[in-house]
Amino acid sequence: MSVLTYSGIEGFFARFAALRPHLPGDVAARDRAAAILRVQGLPSIRDEAWKYTNLRPVAQASFQSAATADPSALLARLPQLNAPRLVMVDGHYLATLSTLPPQVKCLPFAAAPKFGTLANPACEPMVALNTMLAEDGFSLTIPANIDAGLIVIAHLTTAARSTHPRHAITLEEGARASLLEIYLGEGAYLHNPVTEIHIGEGANLTHARLQDEAEEGFHLGTIYARIAAHSIYDSFSLNIGARLSRTELHASLAGAHATAHLNAAQILTGVQHADFTTIVSHDAPHGASRQTVKNALAGRSRGVFQGKIHVARGAQKTDGYQMNQALLLSPDAEIDSKPQLEIYADDVKCSHGATIGELDADQLFYLRSRGVPESQARGMLVRAFLSDAIDMVANGASRAVLETAVELWWQRHPA
Amino acid sequence: MPPLNDINSETLGTVEALTQSGYKYGFTTDIEMDLAPLGLNEDIVRLISARKNEPQWMLDWRLKAFALWQTMTEPNWAQIGYPPIDYQGIHYYAAPVKKAGPKSLDEVDPELLRTYEKLGIPLRERAILAGVEGADQPSQIAVDAVFDSVSVATTFRETLSKSGVIFCPISEAVRDHPDLVKQYLGSVVPQGDNYFAALNCAVFTDGSFVYIPKGVRCPMELSTYFRINARNTGQFERTLIIAEAGAYVSYLEGCTAPQRDENQLHAAVVELVVMDDAQIKYSTVQNWYPGDADGKGGIYNFVTKRGACRGARSKISWTQVETGSAITWKYPSCVLEGDDSVGEFYSVAVTNNRQQADTGTKMIHVGRNTKSTIVSKGISAGYSNNTYRGLVRITQRAKGARNHTQCDSLLIGEHCGAHTVPYIESRNPTAKVEHEATTSKIAEDQLFYCRQRGLSQEDAVGLIVNGFCKDVLKELPMEFAVEAQKLLAVSLEGSVG
Repeated sequence: MSVLTYSGIEGFFARFAALRPHLPGDVAARDRAAAILRVQGLPSIRDEAWKYTNLRPVAQASFQSAATADPSALLARLPQLNAPRLVMVDGHYLATLSTLPPQVKCLPFAAAPKFGTLANPACEPMVALNTMLAEDGFSLTIPANIDAGLIVIAHLTTAARSTHPRHAITLEEGARASLLEIYLGEGAYLHNPVTEIHIGEGANLTHARLQDEAEEGFHLGTIYARIAAHSIYDSFSLNIGARLSRTELHASLAGAHATAHLNAAQILTGVQHADFTTIVSHDAPHGASRQTVKNALAGRSRGVFQGKIHVARGAQKTDGYQMNQALLLSPDAEIDSKPQLEIYADDVKCSHGATIGELDADQLFYLRSRGVPESQARGMLVRAFLSDAIDMVANGASRAVLETAVELWWQRHPA
Repeated sequence: MPPLNDINSETLGTVEALTQSGYKYGFTTDIEMDLAPLGLNEDIVRLISARKNEPQWMLDWRLKAFALWQTMTEPNWAQIGYPPIDYQGIHYYAAPVKKAGPKSLDEVDPELLRTYEKLGIPLRERAILAGVEGADQPSQIAVDAVFDSVSVATTFRETLSKSGVIFCPISEAVRDHPDLVKQYLGSVVPQGDNYFAALNCAVFTDGSFVYIPKGVRCPMELSTYFRINARNTGQFERTLIIAEAGAYVSYLEGCTAPQRDENQLHAAVVELVVMDDAQIKYSTVQNWYPGDADGKGGIYNFVTKRGACRGARSKISWTQVETGSAITWKYPSCVLEGDDSVGEFYSVAVTNNRQQADTGTKMIHVGRNTKSTIVSKGISAGYSNNTYRGLVRITQRAKGARNHTQCDSLLIGEHCGAHTVPYIESRNPTAKVEHEATTSKIAEDQLFYCRQRGLSQEDAVGLIVNGFCKDVLKELPMEFAVEAQKLLAVSLEGSVG
């Protein structure tokens, strides 16, 4: 395979033209996505949903197509956990590096290409881009009433790629699983995954994500979760990597008594930009959603939180709560926050709160007066601030990985 | 006491009955009008300027705005839906025919005076003065009455001018105080600010001008009463209030319109300028015709209101009670430029039937130690949609800035919608921003508590809704608070969710 360099939206179209005859699955769906992208282009800050995230750096970057690179350096960086794992390299599922718990099935997208039922390319330009260019991905199924335990999913991306993997996670009725997704990479690249999650009745998925992409990388991930009656989707995202990232999470509480937790923490420095966007749709009665989102921003970084709670007509007895807090650790950092309630049912309880400020001077003074050096004291207070959110990660092993990542981050960038 | 699950349908019925008959300002006045031809083009802008005997600079200013407007597109980010507005199907100038300009109130068309009497707006100073001696003392309010495109009367001008306060129609200010108007008009809301503001700049016909000189506390409340009367007209009024250093003024605004099947456009611009230590308190009770129960007719209310706290320790306080209009698109804002300046926004927005409101505020913190408070109460009933949309922006310079926002929504009935869309942007670590929002229905235990103590269903709901809005209503001047409470009662009396 020869190396091709392409850039901008025209580059993506050229790439599509070259790949089109070889791409798996429904080519008509890809053509439709391409047509949508033709009309809409990449999102701009004039689009209300992208008001705070400017994709110009992505549009200006160039990427290369090349054979799969050697992932060994990245593999070595993965935490050593005694758990089964799936390994994706440059968006391709590598069965040789992966292990699976018994009874759990995993099919690569390339072998069984399905675009799913939740993703909406017409409304999300980045999903349209993914639909157009998706080559591979994984499709993980936990059969009914099986507890799969912890599964680590490693996404490793090498320099200069633009990868658009398409993933699916399905928990059948009464199934349980705890996923830990880790995103690592090297060099400058674009990682644009789309993941569809179906949680069957009475099932329970805890989903921890560590986005630690390379310093020059772009991460634009979109996740759709459909949560059936009496089931639980408990997710936590820790965003510390990438030059520019956006995590867009759509959760639909489709059955009665469904529960969704969409928690996140973002720690940024330098010129990093991270956007955590959630759309929670309460589509059935008696649903409960909880969100705690924290931003700790140093350097010239910019954190974005957009959180929408939508309560459909008839989704009575909904209980929605959202809290987002930001710490500005430097005079050049910026936080943009847009919590949003859109409510069409009357017998509901929905609220959100937001606070923005700096570290509490009294608390700093207290620690300093007891002999803790300033940078350590700041570190302690920032970690205490983040721990509200990280403590909610139910799986102990996942939580330990996230805590270590925060610890290492602080050692690298004392802010 | 009816069982709780019966209350819903019973009280919704009450709301329906009330709102269908509740709009008591829906009459029309039969009066000879001077109308501009339908439609909008440069000639119409010239015609408006000519009717107003405006100087060349004012016409040039309008034409520049018109040119800008033609390059702009209607905004679509608000959570409102309406059929396209035909900007060529509107008379942009409509004024009662008058003979050589009335010198005193006695020469004003008696038909007009009767209209304002019917609306409860006293235009005769003597009548009010007589009232002052009575036991039931109404306080003095100076009124500027704007009827369609023109101001028909302004009261208490002499009393006010004794203390140096200028209170007159803006068209008069353009002629009599051109330097002030040139200096401040468009300085807060420039011609190209947004689509509706640009339209207003091109075709505004009247409105109020207020100038409070240095150190003067305006001796009475000022108010403007807007009335749309003619068919197929739009009202484009412009208000400019300037408070020099140390000045204070409290200004009230009210509005009504006849009950018609077609929609009418109202696109106003209000600019406030506040210097060192000065304060403007701006209160609105917006009661434009909201349309009927099926959403037929009603005013499209697209309004740009913004105040600039230019001076140190200056203060702007917006209070609004929004009960009318088919569509409300309105974000009274404060640009807090002066150090230690203060912005406040208190709002009650009630929507019923098919009304749509997308309203809120913008607080732009530029100066150091600037403070802002936002209290918004939204109540939606029927098939209406009520959105709070507000921006709090802390710029990098705004050291020590502080904001607190509280947004509460109440839903009454299962067919309405209540939405909250705050935008919070902070670029200064020393700033503190807090935002809280809740959405709920009237708590059944609160209702039960009141009913159990012998309050009727109606009174219990009235009490609870009033309590819900108390933080805002208490900010209104006395006269308005009474009117606002009555309005709330008309819109929502007896409602239980």
